[in-house]
Amino acid sequence: MISCAEAVRQLWEYLDGVAGQVQSAAIEEHLSLCRRCCGEAEFAAELRSFLAGHSDDDIPPHVHARLLAALAQVMDQP
Amino acid sequence: MGIWSAREVATQASAEQKERFRALAAAQLPRLYGLARRLVGDDAEDAVQDCLLKAYRGYSRLGDQAAAPAWLTSILVNCCRDRGRARARRPAEVDLDSLDEFSLYRKIADEDPFPYSDSLHLDFLHQFGADDVRAVLASLPGHYRIPLVLTYMDGWGTKEVARMLDLPLGTVLAQLHRGRKLFERRLWEYAETHGLLKEPIR
Repeated sequence: MISCAEAVRQLWEYLDGVAGQVQSAAIEEHLSLCRRCCGEAEFAAELRSFLAGHSDDDIPPHVHARLLAALAQVMDQP
Repeated sequence: MGIWSAREVATQASAEQKERFRALAAAQLPRLYGLARRLVGDDAEDAVQDCLLKAYRGYSRLGDQAAAPAWLTSILVNCCRDRGRARARRPAEVDLDSLDEFSLYRKIADEDPFPYSDSLHLDFLHQFGADDVRAVLASLPGHYRIPLVLTYMDGWGTKEVARMLDLPLGTVLAQLHRGRKLFERRLWEYAETHGLLKEPIR
């Protein structure tokens, strides 16, 4: 079985879906037997949701208006 | 040619292309601005303006309309990189040696900042508001911040990010690995220095 250090190092690649088949199988085997690394995996997933949840696209109305004006100006050029 | 001259047809086509670009750029503005805020903070508006100009000049070379959001993102990211370089603000030196050893999960468990919490790790993350997250991101060197934001905040796949940054996939994966670790460590340091390690109010 791979070590905890190896499993944790490869955890995000696994969650990102970029780990290979052999690598994924090794991580899954490790997680099925290691409670501490399960905690690491759960937290990695929470951290991913946390990051995705902070990707708001709020644009203040005055900035939006200025950028629309900039767009119109850019398009006035020949 | 019927009732339309060749010149009129060309003008009509160009007007249609202009209108398509206007509609595309206007629809994408909030997303581009949000991304620019994450990448360059207060320089976001200027970076989006640079992006609009470059995109308009290159629009006729964009073949596949379905690729337009990725194409615009790629242009914006490069405008943000240029602004970052022009500023030449040197980020604090990063101690990479001890970085691989760092685990935020273990750090939170060991330090146990909220002894009465039954969801310690989530409570830690919930201490961070939008401005706090932006401040932590701003503290990362650009080559870590940019792939991290594009992949985990804006949801682009790693291969797409590699194409946008014109880097080999392996380089992007390595930057993501280091970037995540550094982000985790900076989250902890920020929480320590900004008083976020107090018991949350319920």
